Amino acid sequence: MWLYLLKRVVLGVAVIAIAEAFLLLMIHAVPGDPAVALLGPQATPEFRAQLHQQMGLDKPLVVQIVTFFGGLLRGNLGFDVFSQRPVADVVFEQLPYTIELILVSILWAVAVAVPLGCYSAMRRNSMIDQAVGIVAVATIAIPSFVMAVSALLIFAVMLGWLPAIGAGTGFADRVIHLILPAFAMGIGWVGYISRLVRASMLEILGENHIRMARSFGLSEWRIVTGYALPLAILPTVTIIGVGIAWLLSSAVFIEVVFARPGIGALIVNAVRARNYPVVMGGALVTTFLIVTATTMSDLINAALDPRAREEL
Amino acid sequence: MATVQANRAEANGEQGPGTFLSFLRQMSKNRLGVLGALLVVLVFASAIFAPLIITHDPIRIMVGPRLAAPSLDFLLGTDQLGRDTFSRIIMGGRIPLLVAFASLGISLALGLVLGLVAGFGPRWLDNVLLLIFDTIRSFPSIIFALAVIGLLGPSVTSIIFVIATTSIPIYARVARTQTEALRNSEYIAAEQSMGAGTTRILAVHVLPNVIGPLIILVSMDVPAVIAVQAGLSFLGLGVRPPTPDWGAVLNDGYNYIKNTPWLAIAGGIPIILATLGFTFLGEALRDIFDPKLGKDL
Repeated sequence: MWLYLLKRVVLGVAVIAIAEAFLLLMIHAVPGDPAVALLGPQATPEFRAQLHQQMGLDKPLVVQIVTFFGGLLRGNLGFDVFSQRPVADVVFEQLPYTIELILVSILWAVAVAVPLGCYSAMRRNSMIDQAVGIVAVATIAIPSFVMAVSALLIFAVMLGWLPAIGAGTGFADRVIHLILPAFAMGIGWVGYISRLVRASMLEILGENHIRMARSFGLSEWRIVTGYALPLAILPTVTIIGVGIAWLLSSAVFIEVVFARPGIGALIVNAVRARNYPVVMGGALVTTFLIVTATTMSDLINAALDPRAREEL
Repeated sequence: MATVQANRAEANGEQGPGTFLSFLRQMSKNRLGVLGALLVVLVFASAIFAPLIITHDPIRIMVGPRLAAPSLDFLLGTDQLGRDTFSRIIMGGRIPLLVAFASLGISLALGLVLGLVAGFGPRWLDNVLLLIFDTIRSFPSIIFALAVIGLLGPSVTSIIFVIATTSIPIYARVARTQTEALRNSEYIAAEQSMGAGTTRILAVHVLPNVIGPLIILVSMDVPAVIAVQAGLSFLGLGVRPPTPDWGAVLNDGYNYIKNTPWLAIAGGIPIILATLGFTFLGEALRDIFDPKLGKDL
């Protein structure tokens, strides 16, 4: 187990390092000068040189990579020339909004999907089970930004029930502003998790200890909630780790559609403005989050199922 | 020898004549699969015959009033520049399909080769390739796409590059697992003992067994690619205006959502139909050919 843990952590660090090095290389490989892109073609050479120096672009590539990773170890993600602030400050200021959105989305999705999955498994091939199955596949397939624009159009613009944009101020207002974004982001997960719970529930309901419980005359409800669900929920726990990556990707779109602050919106705006230090910093922090989440879920998986440790 | 051939063909799911008929029979029982196939045909037909279907020039501005509601003249209304939305939607299906086929074709070919190499090659090479696959796989593809497009600039080529790069490891890993399983099988050992070279074994004996599951996986990835392409266009990081494209129309609709709902609806519906169609079709194909596939991915 300890060896497995060590391997996973080393792999995680390697992933982050390779990804960042790749992005740094790309910045170099691309024709054109980031400083020109930032300042526009009319900038004086002196001004450009000054910016080069500020961004560290006047030094050789190897020095830049070493400086970047050296800075990382000290928690320094670089300097945002636009806002004249450290990139770390800019990124971490936006992070809580994204985490809040992801947590609320996954919580409501799990809360709805688990009972739905259990019900589908208990009434297998009933009308409701089949309907849930079709809707689940549909909600998984439809992209989150289409879902978001549809929700915005129906509930904010046409019906006027909920606010369309922003994150709100004060607790109640923030909760109200979270409803639509969290709905658009979580709906696909309701479908996915309910199918997952249904599948593992069906598998477990066929096992010996459940037949044993049945022969003791326990009610179907007791069997499902008391004996089957604790086992059937395990794949969901591990998939949520992978889900963080998914949700971070949809957060990019959800934050743009609902004009919410957050790390996804930050990266999109930085890409549009060609603000490389912020793109790099944002990509680094999101990669870190995803690698951490997937590593954690793999570790939980390995702790529960020793066979998983063999792979790698 | 003939029986060996026949057995292998059976294992591959090629049951000789009548296979296509039995496929059609199974397919027609799967109602969602039929719906998916119809939607896919609709999407392809409208993209291929687009120039014959459109009612106006999709990029000419002010062919009608701005932001008009649907009418007989403008079937889905007009956008903020007075362009015909229906014509833009019909023409706009070409880019998503082009991106999907180009990027998935590239990643299928490269993933297959890398997977065969990793599965059949020496142990150290397998480990190196696996590390690279896992690195790319654990990198969030949208964030990667944004970073690369931020650098290369928005274009169809950048999108194809990004999608191909992020999909190769997925196919390569599947191909590798299948190859590794075949590597130790008896008929491969028999081939080796008869003096067949590695290239011959890979091309003639391993490849036909590996490619089937991969093609099903690719068909199941088409909706995801369409979603990424439309999403990037929606963010203004896809095609350059005035090129018609579903994501771009949806973005116009989003920007003018307070003025008219029609533009947003017109931009969203084709994306929904296309992703649903390819999803239903892909799931049906998987259920018919390889029910176990994709469950452990």
